Amino acid sequence: MELFSSMFVLALIYSTPIILAATGVLYSERSGVTNIAIEGVMVMGAFVAATILYYTEASMGDFAPWLSILLAGLAGIIYSSIHAFISIDLEGDQTISGTALNMLAPALGVYLCQIIFGQQRSQAFQRGFVKTTVPGLSEIPLIGRLFFSNIYPTFFLALAVVILTYIILWKTPLGLRLRAAGEHPAAVDSLGISVRKLRYGGVLTSGFLGGMAGGIMVLTQSTQFTASSIHGMGFISIAALIFGRWNPWGVLGASFFFGFSQIFGIYSRDVPLFANIPQEVFQALPYALTVLALLFFSRKSAAPKAVGIPYKASN
Amino acid sequence: MENVVEMRGVSKFFPGIVANDKVNFDLAKGEIHALLGENGAGKSTLMSILFGIYRPDEGKIFVKGQEVEITSPNKAHDLGIGMVHQHFKLVENFTVTQNIMLGRETTKGLFLDQDAARKRVIALSEQYGLNVDPDAKIEDVSVGMQQRVEILKVLYRDADIIILDEPTAVLTPQEIDELMAILRNFCAEGKSVILITHKLKEIMAVADRVTVLRRGKYITTAQTSETSEADLASLMVGRPVSFEIAKAPAKLGETVLSVQDLKVRDARGHLALKGVNLEVKAGEILGLAGVDGNGQSELLEAIAGLSPVEAGQIQLLGQDITNVPIRDRTEQGLAHIPADRQKFGLVLQYSLAENYILTNYYQDPYSIRGFLQKAAISHHAEELSAQFDVRSGEGIRSLAGQLSGGNQQKAIIAREFSSQPKLLLCAQPTRGLDVGAIEYIHNQLVKLRDQGVGILLLSFELDEILSLSDRIVVMYGGQISGEVQGDATNERELGLMMVGSWEK
Amino acid sequence: MAEVELKKTKKHKSLAKSENGRLILTALIAIVLAFLVAILVMLATGIKPGNFFSALLRTFTGLDFSKAGTDAFFKPRYVGEFIQISLPLIMTGLSLGFAYRCGLFNIGAEGQVIAGILGANLVAILVPWQSKSLAVLAVLAAGLFGALWALIPGLLKAHLGVSEVVSTIMFNYMAIYLSNAVLKALPGSNTQRTIDLPDQAMLTSPWLREITGNSRLHWGILIILICIPLYNILLNRTSFGYEIRAVGFNRDAARYAGMKVKSRIVASMMISGLFAGLAGACLALGTFKYGRILPGFENYGFDGIAVGLLGGTKGVGILLAGLLMGGLRSGQALMQAQRVPLEIAQIVSALIVLFVAMQKAIDFILSRMAKKRRLEAQEMKTQEAADNNPKPAKEEEGGK
Repeated sequence: MELFSSMFVLALIYSTPIILAATGVLYSERSGVTNIAIEGVMVMGAFVAATILYYTEASMGDFAPWLSILLAGLAGIIYSSIHAFISIDLEGDQTISGTALNMLAPALGVYLCQIIFGQQRSQAFQRGFVKTTVPGLSEIPLIGRLFFSNIYPTFFLALAVVILTYIILWKTPLGLRLRAAGEHPAAVDSLGISVRKLRYGGVLTSGFLGGMAGGIMVLTQSTQFTASSIHGMGFISIAALIFGRWNPWGVLGASFFFGFSQIFGIYSRDVPLFANIPQEVFQALPYALTVLALLFFSRKSAAPKAVGIPYKASN
Repeated sequence: MENVVEMRGVSKFFPGIVANDKVNFDLAKGEIHALLGENGAGKSTLMSILFGIYRPDEGKIFVKGQEVEITSPNKAHDLGIGMVHQHFKLVENFTVTQNIMLGRETTKGLFLDQDAARKRVIALSEQYGLNVDPDAKIEDVSVGMQQRVEILKVLYRDADIIILDEPTAVLTPQEIDELMAILRNFCAEGKSVILITHKLKEIMAVADRVTVLRRGKYITTAQTSETSEADLASLMVGRPVSFEIAKAPAKLGETVLSVQDLKVRDARGHLALKGVNLEVKAGEILGLAGVDGNGQSELLEAIAGLSPVEAGQIQLLGQDITNVPIRDRTEQGLAHIPADRQKFGLVLQYSLAENYILTNYYQDPYSIRGFLQKAAISHHAEELSAQFDVRSGEGIRSLAGQLSGGNQQKAIIAREFSSQPKLLLCAQPTRGLDVGAIEYIHNQLVKLRDQGVGILLLSFELDEILSLSDRIVVMYGGQISGEVQGDATNERELGLMMVGSWEK
Repeated sequence: MAEVELKKTKKHKSLAKSENGRLILTALIAIVLAFLVAILVMLATGIKPGNFFSALLRTFTGLDFSKAGTDAFFKPRYVGEFIQISLPLIMTGLSLGFAYRCGLFNIGAEGQVIAGILGANLVAILVPWQSKSLAVLAVLAAGLFGALWALIPGLLKAHLGVSEVVSTIMFNYMAIYLSNAVLKALPGSNTQRTIDLPDQAMLTSPWLREITGNSRLHWGILIILICIPLYNILLNRTSFGYEIRAVGFNRDAARYAGMKVKSRIVASMMISGLFAGLAGACLALGTFKYGRILPGFENYGFDGIAVGLLGGTKGVGILLAGLLMGGLRSGQALMQAQRVPLEIAQIVSALIVLFVAMQKAIDFILSRMAKKRRLEAQEMKTQEAADNNPKPAKEEEGGK
């Protein structure tokens, strides 16, 4: 039980960036733009957050990590605006554009590290986010231990974003329009609503959340930025979106599954039964589970109908 | 009478095309004004200008006496202009109410207030007798209801100038009558209607006036009471036309296609065909009529091998082909002119020559030991282009995507006819084509039939079914709801069968 | 009338008009724009672009103008080395291209290269053959491993519609971990590397090394010389290639035509993987002398995306694009030595892909320009026609 609860909490922590990034891509895809650039966006977010934290932690203390991920989010917006421009205005190939940005991000991040720090990684920061135990709530039997003890506050941020996303996309006029743009942009256009603005909104929101996700990942799971800080979590977020059937609650569950699969890999190494299995097998496990999840859940795709197809406004 | 819309000398140029050339058009308050022309005559462009989708390159537009610049559909809405598009612009997984309110959402604070919109939809629906279910999802309702949702979208925005683009293309004769009643109702309420169509009968039945366009040019405007179908037809085409097809009685041969108790599920797992039986004999055209979505497309796709069969049997010349691969069917003499020529019929990025061998590229002489034979392919292509009069900018090297719709269809026909089929499946062969191409294709079909080929013809145009078919079966709800001889029936009778309320 | 028009357009054929011309032009534009942006990045970060370009010049030509007049002015080793580094990139470019022609975006070349390296290493270390045929076997094993590593994503795509983009990425990560596990388990391996591979397994060539001033240039060149024509012939001259391209352009039409769409998708993924695996052979048996435990991706696969797309997925284009990217990569050590962060090369490569993604916009502008010219020509012609013939031309309708 002790083992399970500590695994569970760790799984929540590892899910956090996936939840945020997948929710980000949810906005983008619901508006009609695929965004595999999310991996690159997270890389940029990780670079910015690690760098800002290094320079501000002395002067700003506990506030520094929050500032860092906020700026990481802004960097994500700027970076994803390139994808938005190519996908929406230039009607370019969204997969190629995303791939290019995924290639560019680690190169640019490490290049800037060379300029700023004179090495191929950022200078290690002292302390990222600090784990908290929520007073009161952590006293609740079982639930207190699983959700409210020894956990990073960023998990609650991610949870709030999911709830907010549900409300925005399903309960407001803006959400109705955004989802319509991903299903039938011509219908939206014919009613005098700008598909372009909606799609920009979707992609830039994914940039903001993806940037934050990258920042949170490096600030909760590492001490510095390297080219492999994100190691495919952006792609796993996309898998979480597919697995979660383009729906915030589904995304939440799927992200937790992928977070847990990473923790499972880490803990399995210590199980005596698995002692003879090389640790690389467990490192590969989350990726294999992702493929399995796709295998079982791809058949009944719930993807927005117009996702990935450039829309040319009529005038 | 007061004009609510006046368009004066409106021109619109696209690269290489003059879509509208100094066109005049006006709409009086309370009238139904038809806009008549062939495909490509510029009707839709003109109306897109009025609706703010395109900006005119020349000319002036007055709405309710004021000169206006209609820069966007929003502006058109503000001026009280609404448009019911030919291809419905509805979000399939939204409800009727959500589709109608989209862009004009009712809110409570920051949040959507669907109840308010829903009430308004119900009220409007009752006022005009539209009979829609506000809570149904679009993907679950009939095409007729989808169209009424489109009309409601326009009414919801308080439009009093309503443009309908080819509204009857997908409706049964009875639904068309209902629509016409709704339109008259609009006029009685002081609204004005523009009806874009190429169907002469409807114009004569419902319109007060008609304006004819041809190749982007304004031809004339006439009172329908002072003109005739024949006059309108020749004005539209620019020469006298006869829609009659000369055709000798069918000489029936052996049975080429036999379908027994066929059941097929659609993509969503529902039974799209619930036990269909039919036969096609050599030398006959069997017309397959029905409202879109009653299983006709699924029937053709199952026979062609594009979708799997749940139960039942398909025989081609006595051979069971129910589960054999598409290629075997082709080799046994099945040819298929698919409904969606750009999706199935052609590889648009392939040259004309490459498209001509799409179904037999692997056979001698086009391939020998796995290698393509360019000379043989080119020779074949030149022959087909000449024989079927397929016109293209760069000859057989033109990409299929660069051809006009009519020439694309001719290319498919050339390929399928040249495969010397025993059975031809032919779906909506003339959709979207101009009169010249339609005449040509109709004559080719009759010629093929006279050579002893069995033809199964699917069309949503009853005129086409009636003029070509030797025998007609009607489908409703995934079953055959009636069968008649081609020369012993009429639209009314077929229409009743199409809604399943005719026993014969 | 149509005849006349045909001749006229042929006469007006310019670089921007013909298909290949347009490909070349868009590729050149993408390259120029990528370098321009890279220059801006360098200027913004206080790096001298001049150093970057002199490093590049030296990489491509072996010339060092600062040492003009001395023996160090020309060093053929640089040329040999940049060609050597281009070889795997050309192969991953072919890999990307072949799948792309079938409508698939295989970004799994990275993992398929690693699988190929593993295959080559396994054969070289475990098969006790003493003759040079071991090298042939090792190359074939590399190709086979690459093809097999692409098999599952291909099957998933063909039969279940699983996006090959996501699944191949996952296979990249699995490849690196699993191949490391296997290599470590080989006899004599430590945590960094395997034992040296036997000579008879190698593609290395004393002769090639000698004529290029001691570079690592190797017989991988032969693999390229076989694979590029093979790629072209397979795609353009065979009925198999006709099917692959038809599936790539329009899956529905291919099915309608009776082609086995699923099997073609799997086949093209495997051939794509085969090319990537052969890239692995070049690396394992030519560039390096032992199997390496990889700490992370080396981007041969990802740079292959740039190569394949920049080369317009045509054989010769891929060859040229591969040489360009190889030069960029090969120059990294020189760049770093001149205080230009070596990542600038990767930045250029990513930017090239980015500008290729804008191809539609570039194409559009080019075709606008071409069309304008054609319209002017046409206008002149219709003027002539109107002078000769008062009736309007009837054929015009058919063309549009």
